[in-house]
Amino acid sequence: MTGYNFAYLDEQTKRMIRRAILKAVAIPGHQIPFGSREMPLPYGWGTGGIQLTAAVLGPDDGLKVIDQGADDTTNAVSIRRFFARTAGVTTTTHTADATIIQTRHRIPELKLTDKQIIVYQVPQPEPLSKLESSRAETRRMHGLAEYGLMHVRLYEDITRFGHVSISYDYPVMVGGRYLMSPSPIPAFDNPKMHMMPALQLFGAGREQRIYAIPPYTTVESLDFDDHPFRTTRAPHACGLCGAADSYLDEVVTDDRGGRLYVCSDTDHCETRRTAGHTGTESPPVDAPAEQAA
Amino acid sequence: MAYVAVKGGERAIDNAHAWLAEDRRGNPSIPPIDTAQIREQLGRSVDRVMAEGSLYDEELAALAIRQAQGDLIEAAFLVRAYRTTLPRFTASAPVDTAGMGIRRRISAVFKDMPGGQILGPTYDYTHRLIDFAEAAGFAPPPAPEMDSDGIAIGRINDILDSEGLIEADGRADGMAHGKAESEPGDLTRTPLAFPAARDIRLQSLARGDEGFLLAMAYSTQRGWGGSHPFVGEIRVGEASVDITPPELGFPIDIGDITLTECQMVNQFAGSKTQPPQFTRGYGLVFGHAERKAMSMALVDRALRAEELGETATAPAQNQEFVLYHCDNIEATGFVEHLKLPHYVDFQSELETIRRMRADAQKEYAA
Repeated sequence: MTGYNFAYLDEQTKRMIRRAILKAVAIPGHQIPFGSREMPLPYGWGTGGIQLTAAVLGPDDGLKVIDQGADDTTNAVSIRRFFARTAGVTTTTHTADATIIQTRHRIPELKLTDKQIIVYQVPQPEPLSKLESSRAETRRMHGLAEYGLMHVRLYEDITRFGHVSISYDYPVMVGGRYLMSPSPIPAFDNPKMHMMPALQLFGAGREQRIYAIPPYTTVESLDFDDHPFRTTRAPHACGLCGAADSYLDEVVTDDRGGRLYVCSDTDHCETRRTAGHTGTESPPVDAPAEQAA
Repeated sequence: MAYVAVKGGERAIDNAHAWLAEDRRGNPSIPPIDTAQIREQLGRSVDRVMAEGSLYDEELAALAIRQAQGDLIEAAFLVRAYRTTLPRFTASAPVDTAGMGIRRRISAVFKDMPGGQILGPTYDYTHRLIDFAEAAGFAPPPAPEMDSDGIAIGRINDILDSEGLIEADGRADGMAHGKAESEPGDLTRTPLAFPAARDIRLQSLARGDEGFLLAMAYSTQRGWGGSHPFVGEIRVGEASVDITPPELGFPIDIGDITLTECQMVNQFAGSKTQPPQFTRGYGLVFGHAERKAMSMALVDRALRAEELGETATAPAQNQEFVLYHCDNIEATGFVEHLKLPHYVDFQSELETIRRMRADAQKEYAA
């Protein structure tokens, strides 16, 4: 795109971000402040993730962008177009073909490899923010690994409800040292972060923070010995591909309580359907699928 | 029932943009607005976009206002996103507001002083009656003029300062007197950290949302961190911007910018080590923006509570509260991001609440 550098950001800014990434990788789970730039997309819509992607993206990369697990959600389309326009890179919807995956709210179902980087968009990098509003104070708490407050919060849930009620953005301990927000992914995805072969980068543009989980790092969801961490998913199989172990979206099909459950990871679902898997709502084999607009 | 997962994000966005372009243009039988008309006739909007967009460029601001259909926060966002791509090749010398070409200058603390009170083009004493004559295209007669004697009009605070009645001014780099000189900070390059020095606080306020600052300033007047302010002076006019290119080694004037400056004079009880003295609150904003400059000065003074040994209890005195929330580009982005799909998170909440309700119903039944 004329008038702009490759992937929009100037090289000095990319260098500044890469330095922050190196520091983040060196201290897993620790939030590194960085001089977040004002991007041509709004704050809260992925500016942190976009800056990270711009800093690590090369001309030979294959970029996949997902939002809620889907490649076709409007903001994912918008961000993918932004890089197609400013960097001219190849974009893909296939998880297996991507070298960089920028995501909001999900981790793909397919196990990522050490040839891939996953970039998370983070609205609120501070896992303690709802317990302590001052960032000067939370910084001190991280420095002293003073995380009792979070354990008390989980404990209070158990006494009230019998279990922890946090269903997404479930706090994790990284490398046994730093308490970290996994970004608002469902708790279902938390175990995928543990010992992941891919590099995991987290960008919060508005809050000016970068953090990272290097490959093969321990990531433990906070819990108690007598109340171990557990995940939740809708207790159904995907109506289109029959997957019984993927995270599902709930689709309202009528006004009489009708529901359809489908894979939130659209690539996962399509790959399975191509391989011949079917669900209860799959179209008949001989009739071509109706193309929605 | 055959269900096909929803597709079409790309086409939906293209179509939405096409509709937006049509909507922005309005009825094509009405002539389009020239950006020069916006610059000349909607000057206060242009000023606000320059201030909150943090870039002094009237043409660009006018263009952004038209592109944003007059949504000034959206326009400031456009200007900011452009500004961030510009190279920073130099920093100017501190602007000398005492030497500005005055258009308006008033003080609420002295009846008269050297240079006098100059009302200038103000709405202050207008009666807020819709002017139907103007709607009919009535052109105003030329305003009466007076020759300027060309003498620079000094600041009121310097008069108070000569008697030692007001605290010494802080320095441009935000440091107290006697500390090493350094360039003022820039929060668009370096992440905000707390406690933030006054240079960073003032930069943040100068870019901050006028409405937010107005409400914060108002809250200090209503008892949430009061500081008994007087308007020492408000001045509006054109100040020259000087830079010193390294290859020249001497300062050159690169042009004038319109500025509004407000110096608030506030009570201060004094301490064991200091006799009572007035304290300062400072506001400086691009363009003609008195409401913003006054609000900024009140909030600046409120944020100095800790430094002056006052108990900081009110929101306007809390640095993190004010500086993290005064930026309307950040605020609008994050508030409006709630429009983005959240169905993955919502799904996990649904499952959790269903489980909790099932547990509760079992308990009631037992």
